[in-house]
Amino acid sequence: MAADTPVEYIQHHLQNLTYGKLPAGYERVDPYTNDVTVLQEASWTFARTSAEATDMGFMAFHVDTLGWSIFMGILFLTIFRMVAKRATSGVPSGLQNVVEMTVEFVQTIVRDGFHGRNPVIAPLALTMFVWIFLMNSLKLIPVDFIPQIAHALGLEYFKIVPTTDPNGTFGISIGVFLLIIFYSIKVKGAGGFAKELSFTPFNHWALVPFNLVLEILGLLTKPLSLALRLFGNMYAGEVVFILIAILPFWVQWTLNVPWAIFHILVVTLQAFIFTTLAVVYLSQAHEDH
Amino acid sequence: MNINLTLIGQAIAFAIFVWFCVKYVWPPITAAMEARQKKIADGLSAADRASLDLELAQEKASKELQKAKQEAAALIDQANKRAAQIVEASKDDARKEGEKLIEQARAEIQQERVQARDALRKEVAVLAVAGAEKILETSVDAKAHSEMLDKLAAEL
Repeated sequence: MAADTPVEYIQHHLQNLTYGKLPAGYERVDPYTNDVTVLQEASWTFARTSAEATDMGFMAFHVDTLGWSIFMGILFLTIFRMVAKRATSGVPSGLQNVVEMTVEFVQTIVRDGFHGRNPVIAPLALTMFVWIFLMNSLKLIPVDFIPQIAHALGLEYFKIVPTTDPNGTFGISIGVFLLIIFYSIKVKGAGGFAKELSFTPFNHWALVPFNLVLEILGLLTKPLSLALRLFGNMYAGEVVFILIAILPFWVQWTLNVPWAIFHILVVTLQAFIFTTLAVVYLSQAHEDH
Repeated sequence: MNINLTLIGQAIAFAIFVWFCVKYVWPPITAAMEARQKKIADGLSAADRASLDLELAQEKASKELQKAKQEAAALIDQANKRAAQIVEASKDDARKEGEKLIEQARAEIQQERVQARDALRKEVAVLAVAGAEKILETSVDAKAHSEMLDKLAAEL
């Protein structure tokens, strides 16, 4: 593992496992031997250093982020589907209780935040809440645990919390953003939506450009704030966990135990905030003036 | 910390998860929950109705009881009256019977007295005849003097 100094250790832990395309003529530096090899043609490969991951540009995947988020999503759907199939209207048993509590919690969020009529919003909110909660929960696994296993399997980098990757959070918030646009146009019509963007907050033709800039900015801020809030909180928490992991092992528990307990709250809270705000934004998209 | 295709992959995964949840997860769970809510609501309203019914039934029962008591009282009253009447009537009968018996007894006594007097008269007549015979020292022809003897007996 290329992690000799604390700085390297931290950087190493904050690098995703990247599979991407390196251009022809790229000079690859081996992290252990510092040998330089020049690629003859453009090729898809795993990045061996952070620099390589950066140089791959947009044509790359974070395999760990995608893998873990999809795994968590499938875990969520499997459990909930299992309960849904066996759901009885009689006395619910253990797992059904948990699932129903979650569903009721989400129903409350949607009832309070959403004022339109749309049967998709509540299950959408449930998906967001549980999925983000599960992804965030991965943070409570000690920072070196799974990366060490991955390293033993020959993977240089491994970051298991998808919400500490901006790609992970932006992926969800962009989905929400597209839904906001879709429902705005569906409910208000393309003309109505354009009118709303042009004539609010100042209802005067001379101020249309000003309104447009303001409203479009406001619209774009929604996914940005959703994604960055979640990412920022999770990333910061992760960095603190990594910093604690640098300390001598016998003192770590004095810090990471309270921090982990605190994160039980943060994990739930961030999932809740993301869901609530997404529901409120979607409610605004449904409001026809 | 690089923005790359992961973003799109994540968005696609999100879309698929939401689709699955909307289609296969949400409806059965909420349906079961709503069915249970309905069951509970029905149960509660049934309980309410039952307690109302119970109250009504109790009211009715107490009314019935009251009515029955009144009827019973009326019946007892009637029975008492009837009994009194019967007692009265039987007393009357007894008195009448008694009077009749006394009357009969009196009549019998009277008759016996008459008979006894007749018998006595006859005996007196015989004694008188015997005395007269003694006095006259001759027999008296009872046949010849029967008219006179009868007269005497009647006078006694």
